[in-house]
Amino acid sequence: MMDLMKQSPLGTYVEHLKKGELAYQVNKDNNKAFFYPRAIAPETGSTNIEWRESKGLGTVYTTTVVHYKGEPPLNVAMIDMDEGWRLMSRVEDIDPMQVKIGMRVKFRAHPGDEKTLPYPVFTPAGDAQ
Amino acid sequence: MSGLKKGSIAVVGAAESDLGQVAPNTSPVDLMAQATMRALDDCGLTLKDVDALFVAATQVRMGPMSLAEYLRIKPKVFDGTQIGGSSFMTHVAHAQMAIQLGLCEVAVIAYGSTQRSVSRAAASPREFNPYESPYRPILPISAYAMAAARHMHQYGTTREHLAEVAVAARKWALLNPKAWEKEPLTIEQALNARMVSYPFTVRDCCLVVDGGGAIVLTSAARAKTLKKKPVYVLGVGETLSHANISSLPDFTVTGAAISGPQAFKMAGVTQKDVKMLSLYDAFTINPILFLEDLGFCPKGEGGRFVANGAIAPGGKLAVNTSGGGLSYCHPGMYGLLVMIEAIRQVRGECGERQVKGCDVALAHGNGGVLSSQCTVIFGSENTV
Repeated sequence: MMDLMKQSPLGTYVEHLKKGELAYQVNKDNNKAFFYPRAIAPETGSTNIEWRESKGLGTVYTTTVVHYKGEPPLNVAMIDMDEGWRLMSRVEDIDPMQVKIGMRVKFRAHPGDEKTLPYPVFTPAGDAQ
Repeated sequence: MSGLKKGSIAVVGAAESDLGQVAPNTSPVDLMAQATMRALDDCGLTLKDVDALFVAATQVRMGPMSLAEYLRIKPKVFDGTQIGGSSFMTHVAHAQMAIQLGLCEVAVIAYGSTQRSVSRAAASPREFNPYESPYRPILPISAYAMAAARHMHQYGTTREHLAEVAVAARKWALLNPKAWEKEPLTIEQALNARMVSYPFTVRDCCLVVDGGGAIVLTSAARAKTLKKKPVYVLGVGETLSHANISSLPDFTVTGAAISGPQAFKMAGVTQKDVKMLSLYDAFTINPILFLEDLGFCPKGEGGRFVANGAIAPGGKLAVNTSGGGLSYCHPGMYGLLVMIEAIRQVRGECGERQVKGCDVALAHGNGGVLSSQCTVIFGSENTV
């Protein structure tokens, strides 16, 4: 059980990211993975929650390319992780328009900056299974 | 919605506030109050008759209080449920509960926004989300764009299909004197417009204008005594599926697949009975998704359904005859205006764009990032 006086779901997630790990949670009562991190598991309300480290491989579920004035186009995508959970992220090291639905991608930790906490991004993973 | 009775309440007054670009320093509550008085005048009631107030807005955190203060009224029933652009459809359902229970008799639902005057960023600031904000999606646009991209991938929907929705809306708008857009639009122009969030160009996105509206509802019995022919609430349905787009399980299926059947069941009508649809078109993918989820075409066929001007004037199904959020008016939370067009169609007040024999019209509201979905079916006195 998470003691919210001592630790938070986001805080724990960020601690993992600082170590280069992508963490997610599993409800031990029904063995379902879920994301974003929570103090209470969805659907059952359980506190029997386990943190796990993702293997970092996923598949692009959907994608868009956003256009801010005076900036290069920027990818935003939804990634389905192999462990059965989904997150919003960005696929880097590739032309944003070449990010395709169904593409295999691999996790990398973005360090963030003074204003932004570390966050996960992805790169093309070729045919990694 | 068991417990709510088909036709137990009716819309008796409906009006827009001033729309477009209002004078500097106009407040959202100025627009709500103006629309409220216009809607009361529409049915011959006065402020003294109003005993229930339903308000949601992005610029006014405690809507019912602000409008009650402005008008100096003391409603017995009030509700500020805020679920985005579909809030007002939910307010209809809640007003029906209250009127049926005898808690109130005359309900006003009102909205106002000055988002064009003060900017969208000021009118509707986004909440920070540590799991989404770092990626800088342009919200809500990018959320809907990702739904469109998935629909295109899964069902072969094309950017041309999306453009068809924008062009149909523009053709209807040219028949509506109150519409913001006054110039024709072609498929090519829509496709070649400035890209905002692929696959959406600026023509796939709703307008950003000032405006508001109000409707007045009362019991079926009292409605019969007023100026205009009552427009009955035949059925309502509502559902919430998520708040942030990351938590929508299937980006090609919306809560309209739940709210629609609820509303049809209560109304005792089918898709074939519906003569006109008012679908919240924040983005061009919306009507495509809603036509599917509300049962007007099979899942995945929405893009092909709207092709060749099928939802434009003279097409096979009248959709968004006002010109919609894409070409008529979109003051931030557009759901109230979605209903006003459906109400006017049932009344037969739509002039050049009037759908013949429109005794049943469906209004569907959408809020957040496909998050809340609410359906209201309206009917003339022949239908109750």
